[in-house]
Parts: sequence; C-alpha cells; structure tokens
Amino acid sequence: MSDAAIVAAGLTRTFGKLIAVDSVDLTIPKGKIYGFLGPNGSGKTTTIRMLCGLLKPSAGSARVFGMELPRDAEKVRPRIGYMTQKFSLYEDLTVRENLEFMGRIYSMRRRRRRQRIESNLARYALDDRQRQRAGTLSGGQKQRLALAAVTLHEPELLLLDEPTSAVDPQSRRDFWDGLFELAEGGTTILVSTHFMDEAERCHRLAILAEGRLVAEGVPRELSSNIDAVVLEVETDRPRRARAALRSVGFVRAVTQIGARLHVMVETGTDDPEAQVRAVLKSGGVAGIVERVSANLEDVFVAATGFDGDVALPAADGSAGADESGAGSDEVHP
Amino acid sequence: MSSLLRMGAIIGKEIRQLSRDRLTFGMIIGIPLLQILLFGYAINLDVRHLRAGVADQATTQLSRQLIADVEASQVVDIVARARTAGELEDMMRRGEITVGIVIPADFERRVREATRPAAQLLVDGSDPTVANIAMRLAQMRFELRKVGVERPSTVFEVRTYYNPERRSAVQIVPALIGVILTLTMVLFTSVAVVRERERGNLELLITTPIRNLELMIGKIIPYIVIGLIQVTIILLVGWYLFDVPVRGSVVDLYQGSLLFIAASLSLGLMLSTFAKTQFQAMQLAFLAFLPQLLLSGFMFPFDGMPPLAQRIGRLLPLTHFIAIVRGVVLRGAALEELMPNVRALGIFFLITMTLATLRFRKRLD
Ligand SMILES: Nc1ncnc2c1ncn2[C@@H]1O[C@H](COP(=O)(O)OP(=O)(O)O)[C@@H](O)[C@H]1O
Ligand SMILES: [Mg+2]
Repeated sequence: MSDAAIVAAGLTRTFGKLIAVDSVDLTIPKGKIYGFLGPNGSGKTTTIRMLCGLLKPSAGSARVFGMELPRDAEKVRPRIGYMTQKFSLYEDLTVRENLEFMGRIYSMRRRRRRQRIESNLARYALDDRQRQRAGTLSGGQKQRLALAAVTLHEPELLLLDEPTSAVDPQSRRDFWDGLFELAEGGTTILVSTHFMDEAERCHRLAILAEGRLVAEGVPRELSSNIDAVVLEVETDRPRRARAALRSVGFVRAVTQIGARLHVMVETGTDDPEAQVRAVLKSGGVAGIVERVSANLEDVFVAATGFDGDVALPAADGSAGADESGAGSDEVHP
Repeated sequence: MSSLLRMGAIIGKEIRQLSRDRLTFGMIIGIPLLQILLFGYAINLDVRHLRAGVADQATTQLSRQLIADVEASQVVDIVARARTAGELEDMMRRGEITVGIVIPADFERRVREATRPAAQLLVDGSDPTVANIAMRLAQMRFELRKVGVERPSTVFEVRTYYNPERRSAVQIVPALIGVILTLTMVLFTSVAVVRERERGNLELLITTPIRNLELMIGKIIPYIVIGLIQVTIILLVGWYLFDVPVRGSVVDLYQGSLLFIAASLSLGLMLSTFAKTQFQAMQLAFLAFLPQLLLSGFMFPFDGMPPLAQRIGRLLPLTHFIAIVRGVVLRGAALEELMPNVRALGIFFLITMTLATLRFRKRLD
C-alpha cells in the first residue's frame, strides 16, 4: 500500500460513554484531496487528531506513511502539517513572526526559511500584512496565514480541519484554488468540511455521521450510486408540502432547499412523480414535480437519515434550521 | 543544531510575547518593587518618640548620662519612672509604654566588663515596628567615653517581649529576594504553558517536531533572565533605601540566585502539567507558595520550628535559598561553604525538570 498516505482500520475513540469515532476504516491515497464531510460533532476533528498522533485511539489503528500512530508520531511529524479548526498561531505575534517561528520549529535553515516565507507571503497574499499582529487579521486572512504556516516546511501530508468555516464564499474559492495547486505539486490533503460545495470538489470523500463512516467514494459516483430516487418539488408553500410528504410511507426524506424540496423516494416505487403529485394534491398544495439527479446533500441525507428535523448547526453556530434555507449548499437543510 | 533552532524559536517567541504583554511586564518590575517597598517601609518607618519607662536602680552619674543619651537620640521619650523591671512590665502590658529601660544597681561595674550587658532594654515585641526601632537603640554606641568609660560592645542587653525573634530590614530584604522569586517565577512559567493550552496554541505546537525538553528549556530561559533582573532590582533598592550590604561575593549571590530561579521555574513547569486553565495554574502556584513562605525560615526562625515542619521545609527550594542568600549577603559566606543548600537546589531542579518533561505529553489526552 505504498500509494496510500493514510490507512486506518477500525479506528475508534471514546470519551467516557460517548463514542466520538466508531470503527472507521479509511484509505487515503497520496497526492489527492480527500474530504471528510459531516455535521458538527460527527467526529471529524477527533479522527484528524488521531491521524496526527494527538489522540490515542481507543481501538483500531492508524498508519501514516506506513508508520503506526501514536507510537511513531515523532517520525511522522516533520512530514505533516496540521491546520487546527480553531486558529492556533500566536495572536500577539505578527504575521511574519509567526512564520519565522514555524520555520524554526521545523528546523529550517535561514536561507530556506527566508525563501519559503517570502514565497508563502506572496502566494497567500499576506505581503502587505507582514507586520500586522495575527490577532487583528480578518477570518480569511487568519486562515491564509494558518495555511501559509503549515505549508512552510512543504509537508507531504496536510490535515486541514474545517479550514474555511470562518470565511466568506470568495475567500473559500480562493482557498480551494490554493489547495488544488498544492495537490498538483504532490501534497496529500485531508480536509474536513461541512460545506457541500467543498465536498463536491474533493477527489474522494468520506461522509461521517455520529462518528461512523456512512459513505465513501468519489463524489460524483456517490451521487449517481445513490439508492433512492430524488424528485424536486417547486412550490410556494414548502412547509406544508413537506409536512404532507413526510407522512407518506415510500418517501424516505424531504429536504428543503430554498423554495424547493428534494424528496427522496425508495427505489422501485412505481411512477414516483405521479404518486408525489397525488400526495401534494390531497394535501392542498400546488407544485411542480420533476425527477433530478441526486446531489451530495441527498447522498448525505440518504446515508444518515437526517432530513432537516434535526438542526445541524454550522461550526460557527450561526446557522440553524431556518425556513428561508439560504445556505443551500451546507449539510444542514 | 536543529534542536538549538527549535529551542531558539521558543525562546524568541516567549520574549516577544512577554515584551508585548504589558501586564506581565509590569508585574516583573512591579512585584519586586512593591514588595520591597512595602516590607522595607514597614520596617524602616522612622518612628520616633516611642513611649519609654525607666527603672534606674543605679542612680549614678553614669546612669543619668546614659538616660540623657537615650533621650537625645529622640528614639524614645521617657514618660514614666519605675523602680523595678516588674513595674515596667506592668506598664507595658497596659500599653502605657512600649520600651522599658532597666539600669541595674551594679551598672558601673557592668559597664566596665565588656562581657556582660550593662543594662536591659525591654521591648514590646507585639508591634514589629517598635521592636525594630528599639533594636536600633540597642545597637547605638553611646558616648560613654565622655564619662571616662571605654566599652567596645553595646550597652544594652535586649529582651524582646512577645516576639522573641528579632527582625530587621537587613535580615528581611535578602530573604525577600527568595520570596519574590518564588511568587513570580512559579506563577509565570506555569501560566505561560497553560495559556498556550487555553488559547489553542499547544495543539499546533505539539504536532510540530519540537521535543519536550526543548520546549521546557525554551520556556524557562527567558524567565531566568527576568528572575535575575528581579534580583538586581531588589538588591539595588535594598542597598539604596535600606542600606542592605552585600558582604559576600556578588558572583556567588547571582550563581545561587540562578540555581534557585531555575528550581522555581521547573517547579512552575511541573505544576503546569497538572493544570488545565490559567486559573488552576495560579491556584497551584499559590498552593506551592504558602508552605514555602511559612516553612522556609522567612516567617519563623527555621531552628525553632518543630521537627516535622523542618523536615518539610528542607524539601522546599526557598528554605535553601534563604540559607544561601543570608549566608552570602549578610555573613559574607562563599558559595562553597553553603554546598548542602546548593546541592539541595540542584537536586530539586533536576527532579522537577525531569518530572515536568516526562509528564508533558505531546498529546491531547
Ligand atoms: N476532548 C473531548 N472530550 C469529550 N468529548 C469530546 C472531546 N472531543 C470531542 N468530543 C465529542 O466527540 C464528538 C465528536 O467531536 P468532534 O470530533 O469535534 O466533531 P466534529 O469535528 O465533526 O465537529 C462530539 O460529540 C464531541 O462533543
Ligand atoms: Mg471539528
């Protein structure tokens, strides 16, 4: 398995009675962007922490570059870069001082350190912020600084824990462009997210829910292999339509996306469009029904059974289950 | 080389952060200044005109001369006359006087015998200021020559009531170095580590190749410098304001201080491995401070403590440092003469440093 950067088998971690990560099997190939998609509390951070030797697995094993963790953690450390979910550089140091610090901690010699710092400052558009204290940076700048810091020593493996949770959409796109560049350069990237659009961009994806790995594969294949029929309902009374549909046996889940509903129907249901129309009609709701191909959110819903009754707050705690459904590309409906 | 680089990174970072943390920076200078001024001022209060009673049993020219000299010093005002020491004691208990002067009937003879105290000073020790002021009186060399008496030693034998231990700025200031260092050094290091944990910096730091020992050493070196600065502040203020001399070698003093600072810092590091929050770290630091304050010989004379207290006291670094600093500063001893204490500090440092390094886990669980 020399082409795998990470291999985990039966990886489990408990905190008291809580099973935060539940026998997860993983093989993460080298040079790819591998995503962890899951709502808050699904065990993404705990898994990543085990994969960089910060937490000892309660059961199972994790190997990085063929080395057993946490036993061989020290040997692995120079080869990995870990970007924590919460900003963990020094807020009272400047941008440049933080980078200098990280360069020294990774024992980079002066010449290479200078070179790498200059190149990362330019690459992550921090040139004109060099002398600014990290604590005064915006969310997007902090996140770029964090990435600049963990990539300074050119690690073979990057572990990024919800790197974009605190930044605006444009910064997220720029950030992902940066990740693709790194992957093209041969870096293996493990990135956790609760954004659907980000998950879609990964080469491979693992969907986590309540500590279990519920689906794994190439995003497009995950969507096309979904074991359900997805219908889209456009209506001006989504709430009422949803209530009506959820009481029907063959409907597995109803997810609201803006003014539209995604209705997941058991495969093998006879003429699902007609049946759904009938349900809507008897519920007194007008709506246009059409069959669509599944997106990742449907995959997630199909794999977990979450369809919106449980609010899955975003990492920053800002989003709940709101009727307008503005954040249509997030895990929570 | 890599190791030095990593250690240097920690040291440099720590110094930068310190120089930007005004509160901590203020504490580095402020705590020693405040403490020494508070202690020193209380001790040095130039109290004059203490109420004194005299029992002059000699009533000779010489005894009257002595009383006149004492009054001339303005340290005491003689407000009462008594016949016996017992009467003076009664007055003192009632609070009418704070100092009693007893001149025995054979005063003339005693004055000429340098081996015996010529007169007695009764001091109300319940008030430490009084005790210290009266002590100055005792140390005065009265101009008895005027009346044709040559006496090399002081005139008075001092009997301190209610507080048999005699203190003075000279005794307290050197020991104060130890107390201040104990307070600040343990606190600074334990908080410095726990703060990183609290702010989340540690999670990043422990995924880097830094080794435990490098991290520990990197954390204490900046504070060693700070400790030495504090020693200097206390010595300078002590010398300037309170005339505390350094009788021994300054190099010895700094070497001893260095060892004690290292021991206190490693104690702080060890405590930090038990604390999750800065508040817990502070509580632990305080917990470590109290027994040192009480059992080190700073508050109570070490030899007078019960054996168990002494045994505990010998385990504490402050005890040994106070022995060293009093030896070097006041008795002019060389460090080689204080080897048992030096060794004890060294061992304490090694043990706590080892424990801290072993207990520190580059893991979150
Ligand atoms: N140190 C810990 N102690 C106790 N419970 C924890 C700890 N870390 C995580 N958990 C719990 O484990 C579960 C998974 O958490 P986490 O891995 O942080 O999820 P995610 O990163 O996907 O949001 C959560 O229920 C969380 O409360
Ligand atoms: Mg997380």
